[in-house]
Amino acid sequence: MGYILRRFLSTLPVMAVVAVVVFLLIHLSPGDPAALIAGDLASVEDIEKLRAALGLNLPLWQQFAIWLGKLFTGDLGTSIFTQVPVAQLLAQRLEPTVSIAVLTMALTLVLAVPLGTLAAYRAGSWIDRLVMLFAVLAFSVPVFLVGYLLIYAFAIQLPWFPVQGYVHFSDGPGDWLHGLVLPCVNLALVYIALVTRMTRATVLEVLHEDYIRTARAKGLGVLPVLGHALRNAAIPIATTVGVGIALLIGGVVVTETVFAIPGVGRLVIDSVQRHDYPVIQSVLLLSAGVYVLINLLIDLSYRLFDPRIQY
Amino acid sequence: MKRRTLAALATLALSAACQPALAQTPPKTLKVVAHADLKILDPTFTTAYISRNFGYMVYDTLFAQDANGKPQPQMAEKYTSSKDGKQWSFTLRPGLKFSDGAAVTSADAIASLQRWAARDSIGRAMVAGGAEWKAVDARTFTLTLAEPFGLVLEGLAKPSSFPPVILPERLAKMPATAPLPEVIGSGPFIFKRDEWVPGNKTVFVRNPNYVARSEPPSGLAGSKKTTFDRVEWLYLPDANSAIAALKRGEVDLVEQVPPDYIAPLRTDPGVKIGSGGTYQGFLVMNHLLPPFNNPKVRQALLQAVSQERIVAAMGYPLDMRMAYCQTYFICGSPNDTAAGAEPYRKADVAKAKKMLADAGYKGEKVTILVPSDVTYLNAEALMAAQTMRSIGMNVDAQTMDWASIGARRAKRDAPEAGGWNMYVTVAGEFDVNSPITNAYLSAACGNTLPGWPCDKPLDELRNAWLKETVPAKRREILDAFQARAYEAVPYINAGQYSAAFAARASLKGTDKLWAGMPTVWMLDK
Repeated sequence: MGYILRRFLSTLPVMAVVAVVVFLLIHLSPGDPAALIAGDLASVEDIEKLRAALGLNLPLWQQFAIWLGKLFTGDLGTSIFTQVPVAQLLAQRLEPTVSIAVLTMALTLVLAVPLGTLAAYRAGSWIDRLVMLFAVLAFSVPVFLVGYLLIYAFAIQLPWFPVQGYVHFSDGPGDWLHGLVLPCVNLALVYIALVTRMTRATVLEVLHEDYIRTARAKGLGVLPVLGHALRNAAIPIATTVGVGIALLIGGVVVTETVFAIPGVGRLVIDSVQRHDYPVIQSVLLLSAGVYVLINLLIDLSYRLFDPRIQY
Repeated sequence: MKRRTLAALATLALSAACQPALAQTPPKTLKVVAHADLKILDPTFTTAYISRNFGYMVYDTLFAQDANGKPQPQMAEKYTSSKDGKQWSFTLRPGLKFSDGAAVTSADAIASLQRWAARDSIGRAMVAGGAEWKAVDARTFTLTLAEPFGLVLEGLAKPSSFPPVILPERLAKMPATAPLPEVIGSGPFIFKRDEWVPGNKTVFVRNPNYVARSEPPSGLAGSKKTTFDRVEWLYLPDANSAIAALKRGEVDLVEQVPPDYIAPLRTDPGVKIGSGGTYQGFLVMNHLLPPFNNPKVRQALLQAVSQERIVAAMGYPLDMRMAYCQTYFICGSPNDTAAGAEPYRKADVAKAKKMLADAGYKGEKVTILVPSDVTYLNAEALMAAQTMRSIGMNVDAQTMDWASIGARRAKRDAPEAGGWNMYVTVAGEFDVNSPITNAYLSAACGNTLPGWPCDKPLDELRNAWLKETVPAKRREILDAFQARAYEAVPYINAGQYSAAFAARASLKGTDKLWAGMPTVWMLDK
């Protein structure tokens, strides 16, 4: 418990640094949200009035203080463009992103760990070569290209799945799942490739350990041997999966754009293009928080796999 | 007995399960891929076309342009004007209501028009002409002008940036420095704020309080009674996905198709392509700094510009672009004129080089801002840079995103200190087609337009045109205005083209879509 508290407290300075860096980076980069809001045909006078109305003419330290003050009261601010509270925007965007992340990682775990273990167990065989070929291809082909191919094959030629959009879980779990199949397969291919390779490498290493040789010599079957091996290979796999989930929550822009999923990734990109400061700041802070939290969870999970680890 | 009870219970359960399915007829829905993401819900706050389009969904206007470009009464039942054009009276149609059920009154109209006049170029000109609004009763109000003003109806029917939409008085009286916090109009649809997902979807449902005109729809005028219960604007930033969704029937209309997709879609029998409005390219020069502070340099560049090459580079097919448009006011529009254009009819690089030398150009660096994130503007800017190089200008092309250009174009400094010499943009026909809606062309001295064009004779001609009410004389002034524009060159017309929409072949009424406005009440399926 003490370890968890210590780890949690140690994240606070990290978050503070992230907040300052994010604020400075986006405010010092060129670009003016007021000019974008006012439109192409607006006069400089109109833009200046708008800057004043939005508080963008205040000194940087003052803008930072206002933002920080609001943050401490739990107010993430309001989008400069839409005048919608950032918390509401985030709430709208989190469900699609979390749905994609969870389904993608579930698909990854179900397929990648057995595939990688099988490849390791049959290292050098045609099965191993086939699995590795798939892993290399799945990792190398750009995500957007795979997305377009999936749309062409499974939405246009075989009209099994929708091209775009997101159905909320509460509007029907069946429709929700139906709409997420293509984007999740699109993303899962990359993660399957990654975790398959990681599993193969670690399981292969463990399979050469003395205790596995001993277990085999004692006449243990294939599955119990692999069970032993997997438990010992689990730590790097868990790390990869954890980092993968964090990346997915942070936003998978290409897939969300290709399949028009209104997730966090697209929110970040849209906000960056518009210089919508309050949204960018909050989303990046949230992403940093998710990374920190998931790293903590990964660390804690190590104990499950290896009881020798003490905190 | 037990079996009977079970059977009865099963029947009850079945009928209960079936009941909702029978009762719920899905709403008749139109799905449109919007040309941009809706960000601002107030069409009098931004010149962004997506906010203007939003305005026409939820608000109505006192007058509206029909498909022939003529102002027609819309919320107005009748109107009168004095012979000298200084006294006007307007009466609202009976029974008009806002979406919250409140009646539309003269007070609402007056407050809305005053808010509009504070932002819009024609509105400002009316204020400068001494416009005063007064309510006579709940439905009738008057407009008094201190001097003649030739554009009263055109102004009240203005279809583009800053349309004069009618809001409830309490909202219209809010400061114009912030977008309106509520959306309450008397237009054909109601905005569903609870279903709005910025960056993804905007939902409208039919306004039960909308009172339609009896005339058929034409342009933005006439009845806006819709057959759709629900309209969804989707924002699909990936063009491939938008086109795939259209082909599969997930959406009914893609408001603007990137030029590259036009040719392949024309061969698809399930899809039809139509004109999504006329646009003009703008090469905007900084008149404060050398070399473009010299009108002779601007003329030299104008002589070298090939409109056809620029719009071709933007990717539009032959039948959607013009080889050359001689007018600053949109070819084919009521203000189309050839006055002053003859010397520039054909791009002539050799002549332009000589004109540049005669103008005294000494090889000063010319900084052009090239947008990286807007494909058609990128092509326009690169072609402009190439044209300048072809006549010997020392071009410094600086690439950046559009947001950065937005910030930089407001700076008056020298390019070395963060300023600029040229940037490019485009504008829809309604923001181009008259001396007053085309703000860059009017070149009013003391203006704060990026580029700061200033030409006194041009400004005087614009004011004379505004005040003139006799059509023949107005035409003469218009010709003189354009002839002067070709001498002063406040900006360079980079060519005219039509954007394209794509719709499901089964969608009815797309032939009535007008000037790039998604007037969805014209459609049916």
